[in-house]
Amino acid sequence: MTNARVANITQPLPGRTACQYRNKCWLGCPFGAYFSTQSSTLPAAMKTGNLTLRPFSIVTKIIYDKDTQKAKGVEIIDAETNQTYEYFAKVVFVCASAMNSTWVLMNSATDVWEGGLGSSSGELGHNLMDHHFRCGASGKVEGYEDKYYFGRKPGGIYIPRFRNIGNDKREYLRGFGYQGGASRQNWQRTIAEYSVGAELKEALSEPGSWTMGLGAFGEILPYHDNKITLDKNVKDKWGLPVLNIDAEIKENEMKMRADMMNDAAEMLEAAGLKDVHTYDSVYGFGQGIHEMGTARMGRDPKTSVLNGNNQVWDAKNVFVTDGACMTSAACVNPSLTYMALTARAADFAVNELKKGNL
Amino acid sequence: MNRRQAVQKVALLVGGTVLGAELFIQTGCKTTPKKEAAEAGAEVLPDFFTKDEIAYLDEIAETILPKTTTPGAKDARVGEFMHAMVRDCYTPQDQQVFKDGLSTIEKISKDKYKNGFMQMQPQQRTELLTALDKEAKEYTGTDDYKTKQAALDKEENAKDSVERSKGNFGYGKARMSKHYFSMMKELTLLGFFTSEPGATKALRYSAVPGKYDGCMPYQKGDKGWAT
Repeated sequence: MTNARVANITQPLPGRTACQYRNKCWLGCPFGAYFSTQSSTLPAAMKTGNLTLRPFSIVTKIIYDKDTQKAKGVEIIDAETNQTYEYFAKVVFVCASAMNSTWVLMNSATDVWEGGLGSSSGELGHNLMDHHFRCGASGKVEGYEDKYYFGRKPGGIYIPRFRNIGNDKREYLRGFGYQGGASRQNWQRTIAEYSVGAELKEALSEPGSWTMGLGAFGEILPYHDNKITLDKNVKDKWGLPVLNIDAEIKENEMKMRADMMNDAAEMLEAAGLKDVHTYDSVYGFGQGIHEMGTARMGRDPKTSVLNGNNQVWDAKNVFVTDGACMTSAACVNPSLTYMALTARAADFAVNELKKGNL
Repeated sequence: MNRRQAVQKVALLVGGTVLGAELFIQTGCKTTPKKEAAEAGAEVLPDFFTKDEIAYLDEIAETILPKTTTPGAKDARVGEFMHAMVRDCYTPQDQQVFKDGLSTIEKISKDKYKNGFMQMQPQQRTELLTALDKEAKEYTGTDDYKTKQAALDKEENAKDSVERSKGNFGYGKARMSKHYFSMMKELTLLGFFTSEPGATKALRYSAVPGKYDGCMPYQKGDKGWAT
């Protein structure tokens, strides 16, 4: 078990203030203490003087040149004026979030490939993944009633994956990690001895027992039939086809969920917690908001959309470096991996450009 | 803990889910102004409770969480909060149970205390609501409730199976309503402890803590953190 590694700074950086322990990261941190494109990477890119931002732009397709077998640029619709524009470039990086990146590919070069740019392998749109979660265990800790805390740390604890590692063999493939934390109960707890009145209010105004919870995040395998497709009939307000999403978790994930609950309960009990109970609040595909896959990397153009450098096999100056490129989901938060892959692919692209290969 | 988590977690207090929480979480319970709603062709929401009824709800809430050395439910305008929640976030079925509950309280008041709830002494109100709290806690354990629930579950599971066989996995099963007093109590606690007076005076609140101390001394009587 370790402290959760979170993208909050504890020392100021240029233009960013250290974390104020409000635990409101999800609202968008006005201190820039929590990493975000707005707080960190966009200001850095602006500083280079080479960034032009064009908001309210919906990329409708990548412009593909049959003769050079490369992309020439992109076509966009201005979301406010509905005007169409074209932008040209030597390389195109597609990072529109997993499903939208694939949507862009599906709408591109359809005169060459019916299924769109990158569809020659038959894998474009397939192998959609997420993390399944919403199950685990929690319990009460006795004692320590003379201890409390100050501030709201924006992160709890992490327990890395331990199943199906080394000699451990389970009835399912892969595994899960735990996120969790401890706190004292607040006014939402049940107080049996009071029903209504001043005593109830006074009791609820004080903290209750310490509790600790563990919630698991499990890997979803890449299944070919978990897929997204363009809807032939439904169009959005710009006349663009919407996406259909067809995905489910299967037997492997369901078996894993039993361990995700029971392992947590066993650990909490072994740690001396009381009233330990497991829960499975049921997971719906997509709730993990870690969508991955649909344009996976690979070694073989017959079975993958991108090569090992995130280049589309069918157009080597098009790079897809967001969640769409993932081949498997692992059980950890994926953003840092996307960022690392993007930095690596950008470095590769620059070198290839210099060599005159793109 | 944010407010939405709080809405979900208040369920632990009374058992089950907080009514209206799902809608609250999805939409923030945004009331559509009448004119806009009418223009959009949506059903115009009724004002639902009258001013008198809101004052009545305030007194119920104040009995549950009275003013002491710290503010009470009325200081947090919990009556208005309940009004908004029931009107905007409750299902018609739960709205009816809640409304009928108010009439029931008034009836018991007159039968037992020979007075309307508004005219009763605080002591009598506390006695009445304490009895209702007991009844509400025992409600889901009664034979009558269990029989009705079993029948409803059977019916709804059958409907769900039919929908599933048609490929629709989103059928929302109907469920039994809670006891009306459970509704009133959970809304009172939610409305009060997440309000400014509740969070900053009954509890402690620090908008920008600026540091974290995972182990600081606590003495009995120190207030809990609001968030």
